[in-house]
Amino acid sequence: MNLFRTALLLAKKDLYSELKTKQILTTQIIFAGLVIVVFSFAFDPANNTTKAVIPGVIWVIIVFAGILGLNRSFISEQRNDTMQGLLVAPMESSSIYLGKFLANFAMMLVVEIVSIPFLFLLFDFKFNGSLGYFVLVIFLGSFGFIAIGTFLAALAANSKSSEMLLPLLLFPITTPILIGVVQATKIILTNMEKLSSAIAWIQLVTAYDVIFFVVCFLLIDYVLEV
Amino acid sequence: MSMNLEREKAVLTGTQLSEVKSTNLSKILFGATVISMLISLYFIFIFAAEETTMHAAQKIFYFHVSSAWLAFMAFFVTFVFSILFLIKRKRIFDTYAYVSAEIGIVFTIIVLTTGPIWAKSAWNTWWVWEPRLITTLILFFIYIAYIMIRQMDGVWDKKARLSSVFGIIGFADVPIVFFAIRWWQTKFHPIVFGDGPSQQGGGIESSMLVALLVTITAFTILYAYLLNKGVSFENMKIKVDRYKEKLREELEK
Repeated sequence: MNLFRTALLLAKKDLYSELKTKQILTTQIIFAGLVIVVFSFAFDPANNTTKAVIPGVIWVIIVFAGILGLNRSFISEQRNDTMQGLLVAPMESSSIYLGKFLANFAMMLVVEIVSIPFLFLLFDFKFNGSLGYFVLVIFLGSFGFIAIGTFLAALAANSKSSEMLLPLLLFPITTPILIGVVQATKIILTNMEKLSSAIAWIQLVTAYDVIFFVVCFLLIDYVLEV
Repeated sequence: MSMNLEREKAVLTGTQLSEVKSTNLSKILFGATVISMLISLYFIFIFAAEETTMHAAQKIFYFHVSSAWLAFMAFFVTFVFSILFLIKRKRIFDTYAYVSAEIGIVFTIIVLTTGPIWAKSAWNTWWVWEPRLITTLILFFIYIAYIMIRQMDGVWDKKARLSSVFGIIGFADVPIVFFAIRWWQTKFHPIVFGDGPSQQGGGIESSMLVALLVTITAFTILYAYLLNKGVSFENMKIKVDRYKEKLREELEK
């Protein structure tokens, strides 16, 4: 259980420093708002067909805002070489990964809680689907996205141009998640009769989450070598 | 710095020994590639029956499928050598993984260009958003990312370590990508071999099957040749780097 304790400690450290500076979270939320505004130019909110693109827009916001946070999570450790400090500290590298994951995931959830209702409000979207399933899909989708994202952020942090490298690594790898959650969200928000196929998509995303969380856990030792 | 010197000596003698063997092997592979390619051309254009609706345009099928096979095999080899590198930490495994990924990318590009040419004559459209096409495209992007990691700055063992990790993750991702996209939409591609979930296997004439198998064999030999050549090029590059390092050290004295 030492693994979880140190991971929690590390997550707490990250969230505290975020609470002090409010750098990443503010940027993420403002960015999410800007994406919504840009989408209002691209798809006329007064038009009824716009409702069809809402599920896609939700995930575009999550992905783009998520990338901003993921980029910072390991870069911020480089300034005073604190990454070396973490690596030589008496803990496993998988608990560094777990801690970073928890911090990123918590921030991602905050961004979602703020920006998704904002999106529904601005696009005047009437929520007819099941709230429970919607929350479940959002949770599972962001879990997988942040899990693999944190791993690849650790990998990309070794490069000087990691901000450019991370999206290139992350987007192809996360395609199954993005397909799955967009389809599931679409069904849950617009067409509750086909719930069974939404559940099939949820199962696919869950399987992906489990597989990649385990794979990342095993391989992080090789990424975070001194 | 002391670590560099130690490695320098070990690799210099190692590559000189293997060089003699590899030139012989590459000559044999080159001859085999030329012969098997000529044979496969005969099989494709003379032996195999002409398709009834698509006529000569269908001949591109043999190159298309063989290139796809070669690309997948190359990526699988990258995957295997990535695992081997992480276990054994020998530079030669990393070189094999890198060269194989490069060959894979080249042949993925061939698949992605012959595909639309064929599709234009068969389906009357350049591109359709269909499981196998999208999977190949994503595969292409994954391995472009792999090459981007290789182009990172830093010492070789860090790059080798990180790209091995990505090689494993990327290859593990491909079946899931294919499954997800196939589930998403199944429309165009006939499933030629075996039964698909929604389409019956169309089947293939025996002369075409023979031609296809011959072409695939030829491409496999071509792959072996390219891999061999690529690895010896990489080894030469490494050797030149070592010599440069040595020279600089002598100048600095």
